[in-house]
Amino acid sequence: MDTVAAHESAMHDAHAHDHHDHHHQETFISKYIFSMDHKMIARQFLITGIIWAIIGGLFSVIFRLQLGDPNATYPWLEDFLGHWAKGGKLNPEFYYALVTMHGTILVFFVLTAGLSGTFANFLIPLQIGARDMASPMLNMLSYWFFFLASVIMMSSLFVQTGPASGGWTIYPPLSALGEASSGSKIGMDLWLVSMSFFIVSSLLGGLNYITTVLNLRTKGMSMTRMPLTVWALFFTAVLGVLSFPVLLSGAILLLFDRNLGTSFYLSDIIVAGKVLPNEGGSAILFQHLFWFLGHPEVYIILLPAMGMSSEILSVNSRKPIFGYMAMVGSLFAITILAFLVWAHHMFVTGLNPFLGSVFVLLTLLIAVPSAIKVFNWLTTIWKGNIRFTPGMLFAIGFVSLFISGGLTGIFLGNSALDVHLHDTYFVIAHFHIVMGVASFFGMYAGVYHWFPKMFGRYLNNTLAYIHFWVTIIGAYLIFWPMHYEGLAGMPRRYYDFSNWESFKQFGELNQFISLVALIVFAVQILFVINFFYSIFKGRKVTTLNPWGANTLEWTTPIRPGHGNWPGELPEVHRWPYDYAKDGKEFIAQDVPVGADESKH
Amino acid sequence: MEREEIITKNKIHPHKLTLWIGIGSIVMMFAGLTSAYIVKRNQAGWVSYDLPMAFWYSTIVILLSSATIYLADKSFRSRAMGNYRRWMTVTAVLGIVFMVIQYVGFKAFWSQGMTLQANVAYSFLYVIVGLHALHVAGGVISLIVMSLMAFSKKKRVYSTVPVELIGTYWHFVDALWIYLLIFLILIR
Repeated sequence: MDTVAAHESAMHDAHAHDHHDHHHQETFISKYIFSMDHKMIARQFLITGIIWAIIGGLFSVIFRLQLGDPNATYPWLEDFLGHWAKGGKLNPEFYYALVTMHGTILVFFVLTAGLSGTFANFLIPLQIGARDMASPMLNMLSYWFFFLASVIMMSSLFVQTGPASGGWTIYPPLSALGEASSGSKIGMDLWLVSMSFFIVSSLLGGLNYITTVLNLRTKGMSMTRMPLTVWALFFTAVLGVLSFPVLLSGAILLLFDRNLGTSFYLSDIIVAGKVLPNEGGSAILFQHLFWFLGHPEVYIILLPAMGMSSEILSVNSRKPIFGYMAMVGSLFAITILAFLVWAHHMFVTGLNPFLGSVFVLLTLLIAVPSAIKVFNWLTTIWKGNIRFTPGMLFAIGFVSLFISGGLTGIFLGNSALDVHLHDTYFVIAHFHIVMGVASFFGMYAGVYHWFPKMFGRYLNNTLAYIHFWVTIIGAYLIFWPMHYEGLAGMPRRYYDFSNWESFKQFGELNQFISLVALIVFAVQILFVINFFYSIFKGRKVTTLNPWGANTLEWTTPIRPGHGNWPGELPEVHRWPYDYAKDGKEFIAQDVPVGADESKH
Repeated sequence: MEREEIITKNKIHPHKLTLWIGIGSIVMMFAGLTSAYIVKRNQAGWVSYDLPMAFWYSTIVILLSSATIYLADKSFRSRAMGNYRRWMTVTAVLGIVFMVIQYVGFKAFWSQGMTLQANVAYSFLYVIVGLHALHVAGGVISLIVMSLMAFSKKKRVYSTVPVELIGTYWHFVDALWIYLLIFLILIR
């Protein structure tokens, strides 16, 4: 009894706000700024993520200007960037800063915080029938640590020597020696400090998501009745909680090397004719620590997109998801394998070939759960009564991109081929399609699908269709040709390809890619306009369950308050995928099982 | 209503679960550092060294503090609040003593020429032991806050959860130190 009593008192703490929130008028600050409501925190993550996405996307457009036509000058760039674009031509140092920040922003600030932060916060409590996260306080702190990280990263854009410019993977010695380049100076310190706060934010979030899923499910919501979205967000959190600390330890050692004269990563270095005293360090050690996070990070970005797409594909095909347990099993398999493949980023570091072949095998194994997922998505929509809502289109787009990008992963996972393709545009094409654009599609699918629940209004459909078609065609037009450039040996991160005879053939292709990138970016701005316009002026949601979905979030009021359900929590009687069953279009999870109901 | 929701699920308290997952996370950070240590040890330029004597004394202190926090927890459960306050304070003091001894150990180590920059082996020692001490510091701060709250006449706390949380965390930093000590002795 003792433990039960303890539970009660603490659960009461966790949910004490339920009571007063319904009775008291909240202030602007407690409702919109320092909110502890998971739905508001989700919106904060989403909007911060969108702002970052605009900045990160804009950076790519600017460096594509350089790549598309290395000899052109754009006088307006100087007005905009000052001494970084003297005479309208991008400074090489700043070009590296742009690619570094583009990677950092999109990988961490948009597709990790913006994606998991938004949807884990929004969907986990709503879909498992909880009033809020296990610790709303930690949840709020998670956002504010992210905000702090954002402010620091943003301020690094404005320091005189510029932001970090050694690539988003911040390999030493470039990142460890202030004298190595202008982007290795204060910009790099700010990068490290910002990322440390970011890691804290991500850990606080992850702890909360895992505890909430394991502990706060409503009555009847067994683990095997959870929507695949929640499963995916759960495994994402597990990945983050176990891999981010290792990056933190790597970053701490890097901070020591930078500022306290240690030699964890440094040995036998000469900068500008001066021999540095550092001895005994190993730059490869950093790569191990970095990629031990870096590879799981890929799945931290992908799994939420997988989970949301599974859900949206099933809802809009009006069919149960095909192979629910196989879907959960493959998510689990991917989570385990994600920790065992990091060295496939390091095939050209002089890795022992035997060890290399072990990593090849483990890497190629990921194709198995990935293929299971793809076939299950396809069989889910097979002969379905498909509704092409914008969310559905983006979910289908996700599957398409995941297949296209996944297949080139089989090339790169093979060390014999990777030695040739490493650090070429083939890699750029591969990971942008499979991880970048695919996850963006998952995120868009989620935004279009759950926007009505988030804001009580719909997004404009016409703009959404334009957004989808231009983006998917554009994404393929941008990244497909890069495979050919990569196969021809065109290296990534180069500032100007026009000096190489062998790459001159790609001049026009690069121009074309840049043009499409510009158009695709413009269409994303259209989405942003649609997003913010619809928050205030979109068509109002008038039914509780606009998509006819089974999951619990649609049993809440149209604009749920803090606590989500005004009365008692719903009780769950079935899995979330009872579509087209016993002559009914859909049966929500809180509907009791009828006496003569068939088994699914 | 709230009551019904909770009694149906006799699960581990959410805050405790959060702490355990957080501990897993901290373990991963030290696992990252100690594996980096192992990798580096097998490369050229590594030097072996003996740990400062002080670390043995600090080990005794932190083991003692685990015993005192256990007594604090036991006193709280039997509502012997005087004893609870006493043991919490003793534990906090022992935590501070532990950190002081670690510092003394560092100083002795440093004065023998084994400075942070002299060799990667020493750098690792400072970083790993230092980070552990930071985790102890976090625990000490929580202990001090809880001791002060226990002395305050205004607030009465009946939930055993905070005491259990700090107890678990404290035993963890203790166990982590024992692991690090054995690791640093065996692998050098």
